[in-house]
Amino acid sequence: MLLINCPFCGERNETEYVYGGPVSADRPDPTAVNDDEWIDYLTMVPNPVGPTHERWWHAKGCGDWFTLWRDTATHDIVKGPKK
Amino acid sequence: MQKYSIFSLARNALSGHKNWTRAWKSPPLRDRYEVIIIGAGGHGLATAYYLAKEHGITDVAVLDRGWLGGGNIARNTVTIRSNYLRDESIPFYVKSVSLFEGLTKELNFNMMHSKRTMIDVVHNYPKMRELRRRQLTMDIYNSTYDNISTEEVRRRVPALTGGGPGSRLPVIGGMVHTDAGVNRHDAVAWGYARAADSHGVEMHEQTPVLSLIRGSDGAISGVQTSRGVVHAKKVVVAVSGHTTTLTETAGLRLPLRTMNLTAFVSEPVKPLVDVIVNCPDLGFYFSQSDKGEMVIGGAPDSGQSFRRDIKQHVFEDTVGAMLELFPSFKKLKLLRQWGGHLDITHDASPIMDETDVPGLFVTAGWWGGYKAIPAGGLTLAHHVATGRPHPLMEKFTVKRFKNLDFIMETGTTTAR
Ligand SMILES: Cc1cc2nc3c(=O)[nH]c(=O)nc-3n(C[C@H](O)[C@H](O)[C@H](O)COP(=O)(O)OP(=O)(O)OC[C@H]3O[C@@H](n4cnc5c(N)ncnc54)[C@H](O)[C@@H]3O)c2cc1C
Ligand SMILES: [Zn+2]
Repeated sequence: MLLINCPFCGERNETEYVYGGPVSADRPDPTAVNDDEWIDYLTMVPNPVGPTHERWWHAKGCGDWFTLWRDTATHDIVKGPKK
Repeated sequence: MQKYSIFSLARNALSGHKNWTRAWKSPPLRDRYEVIIIGAGGHGLATAYYLAKEHGITDVAVLDRGWLGGGNIARNTVTIRSNYLRDESIPFYVKSVSLFEGLTKELNFNMMHSKRTMIDVVHNYPKMRELRRRQLTMDIYNSTYDNISTEEVRRRVPALTGGGPGSRLPVIGGMVHTDAGVNRHDAVAWGYARAADSHGVEMHEQTPVLSLIRGSDGAISGVQTSRGVVHAKKVVVAVSGHTTTLTETAGLRLPLRTMNLTAFVSEPVKPLVDVIVNCPDLGFYFSQSDKGEMVIGGAPDSGQSFRRDIKQHVFEDTVGAMLELFPSFKKLKLLRQWGGHLDITHDASPIMDETDVPGLFVTAGWWGGYKAIPAGGLTLAHHVATGRPHPLMEKFTVKRFKNLDFIMETGTTTAR
């Protein structure tokens, strides 16, 4: 079980949260991008063996949505890459 | 190939079992083959076998980073069935089920195939409607699916004593899929490997592929392994959860994500349940093995994962749901638990295709892909050998995503 740090409530058990999918780019304007970029947005997800960026929802807590980086090989919650 | 029979068994017993020939040889690794298959799991080995048997292509090497048959084929719950949703899927799985039923003879290897029917236990009307809809489509393709009453479900599965009218989750009925069965996964891997070897296909274990190599024309030209470069003009990626890890080394991105699916098994008990029980609304399914163990499968972890283990709360959720329906299972001791990492596509249907990299074939997205091994191998071998997709798998392309031509499947239990 993961111990997930909600920005509002602090550390709580994974069972209080709902996984919300990988963080993807914002929805582009379909008329402003080419077909490849549009398909990419719709279907592609990074699938690394290592840190990945994802959304979680503190459904049984404060209801906040937030993002975190989690390592897919170890399940450790890790620091994301520096921007 | 040495024939296995009652006579060979008797003969070898008399000589103290010292003269059995090896099921497959381990020749030295050459630096060039006509076809390289990466992954000695079910799909890789079946593809190798049908390439040799149906198309006479025997200059083939199957490379695995671990031991043969040690991937997800060794970690799954061996449910073989064809109750899928889409016109594209059902005939493919009907073919696979029928190939499985003939596999013991075909490979001269006892698959311990047990055709034993799957019963879905249903708790809500939307699910019942979805399954009835499947039934209508399945009827077209000669797959079996029938609606039964709650009383009939209980008659066939006497251990199902929970889920009564006063419970939180009353059972409202069931579906019966008589084509479903289970068999022995090791026999599938070893049987295909032994038969492929007898045609001259080479099996190379402990040979991880580190990257794919493309020629100056962009086409595939070989693979970099831990034991050196091996060349081939045709390379098949059949590595289950690690597909994108490999294809990205050739600059190829695919709409796949890898998730961890889990199972666990009880101590052996006397025969109690003679069908496969599937509870889609509660998210678990099980069957009793020939040894008497309850083989139980649950839901995947949330989020992507390459970890191959089981989280305690996922495990507890599955057990909790199971005890609602099968309270007597409270006394069962659970012996082992494990997970496997599988990739699933954007639309939950497989990809079996030659990719944008000429000569590079991929068989991936096998979320419930054990049942698909014989038909997957047969049809992919056809594509690799002839350059044209087999009619049974021609819709499972990579291009469908580019055309937004999705084949939305939904698993009956876990890929919900
Ligand atoms: C818990 C669980 C339950 C399941 N239950 C069912 C079920 O009831 N019914 C069903 O139909 N399906 C089921 N499945 C799914 C099924 O197991 C898989 O879809 C199927 O086994 C995948 O195909 P495969 O056998 O070819 O894969 P694998 O056996 O995983 O073969 C892939 C091989 O590739 C090798 N490999 C990986 N990377 C490399 C590399 N870089 N170089 C060389 N080799 C490499 C691996 O070592 C492995 O041997 C289940 C899976 C799990 C985990
Ligand atoms: Zn919170």
